[in-house]
Amino acid sequence: MPKMNMVQAINLALKEEMKRDNNVVVLGEDVGRDGGVFRVTEGLLDLYGSERVMDTPLAESGIVGTAIGMAAYGLKPVAEIQFMGFIYPAVDQIFNHAARIRSRCRGRYTVPLVIRTPYGVGIKSPEHHSESSEAHFCHMPGIKVVVPATPYTAKGLLISAIRDPDTVVFLESARLYRMIKEDVPEGEYTVPLGQARIVQEGRQVTVIAWGSMLHRALQAVSTVDAEVIDLMTLLPFDEETVYKSVKKTGRVVIVQEAPKTGGFGAEISASIAEDAMLYLKGPIKRVTGYDVVLPLPKLEDYYMPTVNRISKAIEEVLKY
Amino acid sequence: MPEQTIESFSIKRLEILSETGDADAALMPPLSEEQIKELHELLFVTRTFDGRALNLQREGRLGTYAPVLGQEASQVGSAYAFEKTDWLFPSFREMAVFMTIGYPMNMIFQYWSGDERGLKIPDDLNIFPISIPVGTHILHAVGAAMAMKYKGDKKAAGVYFGDGGTSEGDFHEGMNFAGTFKAPVVFICQNNHWAISVPRERQTAARSLAQKAVAYGFEGIQVDGNDVFAVYKATRDAVDKAKRGEGPTLIECVTYRMADHTTADDASRYRTKEVSEAWKPKDPIVRLKLFMEKKGIWTEAYQKELEEKSKARVDEWVKMEESVEKPSPKDMFMFTYEKPTPRQLKEMGDF
Repeated sequence: MPKMNMVQAINLALKEEMKRDNNVVVLGEDVGRDGGVFRVTEGLLDLYGSERVMDTPLAESGIVGTAIGMAAYGLKPVAEIQFMGFIYPAVDQIFNHAARIRSRCRGRYTVPLVIRTPYGVGIKSPEHHSESSEAHFCHMPGIKVVVPATPYTAKGLLISAIRDPDTVVFLESARLYRMIKEDVPEGEYTVPLGQARIVQEGRQVTVIAWGSMLHRALQAVSTVDAEVIDLMTLLPFDEETVYKSVKKTGRVVIVQEAPKTGGFGAEISASIAEDAMLYLKGPIKRVTGYDVVLPLPKLEDYYMPTVNRISKAIEEVLKY
Repeated sequence: MPEQTIESFSIKRLEILSETGDADAALMPPLSEEQIKELHELLFVTRTFDGRALNLQREGRLGTYAPVLGQEASQVGSAYAFEKTDWLFPSFREMAVFMTIGYPMNMIFQYWSGDERGLKIPDDLNIFPISIPVGTHILHAVGAAMAMKYKGDKKAAGVYFGDGGTSEGDFHEGMNFAGTFKAPVVFICQNNHWAISVPRERQTAARSLAQKAVAYGFEGIQVDGNDVFAVYKATRDAVDKAKRGEGPTLIECVTYRMADHTTADDASRYRTKEVSEAWKPKDPIVRLKLFMEKKGIWTEAYQKELEEKSKARVDEWVKMEESVEKPSPKDMFMFTYEKPTPRQLKEMGDF
């Protein structure tokens, strides 16, 4: 089985889905001839032509807005926003239309659209290239939010997202793109949306993470009997798997790259407090980015949750 | 090296039917007597619908409503030029567009009464639901047109917006994408001179809205938006051009919003009666009536019959709307996603 990094796995998912279904089209800035600034769409133009792999004008709202029209007409567009920090002009289209058209016309038109965008700290880039703003999107009913953490799941999740009948915001950690390689089978397999994955079973503490933070969480639990959950889909998140684990371990640490206040960790934490509070032995701990404007590369390592900070949080909850 | 002019442009304005009801024979589109009567009826029944909607709103039987009074020809003339397989993308004031394509108008009453089910588009009609955020739906029409082109379907998309809409970024992004991809789309701008209280002059310093197309590499044309023949001809030409693969067109229909922005607005706060009165002689229905009278196809008897028929149709739509049962509270969960999420299923337990 070939070993692939995340870029290769996502690229393969796109190639295979485009081969399987002529309605799948790719659009965005630099996705064609350049193959995307991270090369995620490399080779697609040669395989499928400029009718299906569209280099668009430099306009995020335009990319998502036209993709919505394509999706409603019957295509399955995969739109790329070059960096998550640039997605905001398209938020109007995502919130006011992609999320609502099915409801507005009671299902006559739907928006089976995937919006891929790299997110997160760790590639030493200028301002606006390191955001983790998933929580904004998780507060919008009508869309789904998916964050893969490994090449294998990235491929399977993207295939599921492309086939999903609703709009999926698909967040790819730029730091993970080339960081890890693992076996990724060629050919079709899917990883279902809305389901979390237990990466390792354990009894003393539940550690919940997604995207880039999963790998730091795994490093932090090397000497602890911890259950580690890769959430994978944030909206809608897999409550059942989370509660089941919490009921077993009685202790919870949530790790997110985004700032603490109003982050998705808060939603998980509040949900556990509502539905599994009586199983808890101690307080829920969140290890997060700080509530600051994201620093430029010289300070970004201080911003991101470190293995050490995660370990400390685990030690603290284990005191109870 | 001398300076050179690298680009210059001119914008055409199309007028066919004068205020006195005379049509320019050379420009007149090929419409049969029956079709002309149909256009007149569509204009008239829309006005009847519109007036009733205002009354119902005052009586508390309808929610906030955006009247179409004065703009009927811009909408009827353009929508009439599309085929049933083409896709239309309305904004929120396009009651005459819905009327023209044969939308069940009881459902439009239902929508304005606050019931989403009024926008459950019948399967045999290709019109997008009413879109409220100004200008944002322009991109959907362009995207659908790009998809039509990709699939090789001989269809066009038509999108409706106002002079205010041309100030939105999505208008410019939509025009730019359409030009770049040569998408089969017709941009129908109803310049009704007012974006709530802000006059057309505050939207742009450009002399026309039509000329905005020039910057995006395609043709823009201005038409007398109260002249149903001119609107029809310009739209028909644009639709044909789109289907020939020759790309998009922007049509600026110069018209006037005779009523308030919506029933929640009071136009007397920002414009004088005299300005609006000046538009009365340009009324689209009056001038078509004068034309038909000269041709001998308008008579008092015809008018009486039309009025009775229109009133009866609107009565029926109101009756149908008011006899619809209230939606079940569970209905609000059913269309967020294809299937409700586990959390939604739990929430639905409240009902």
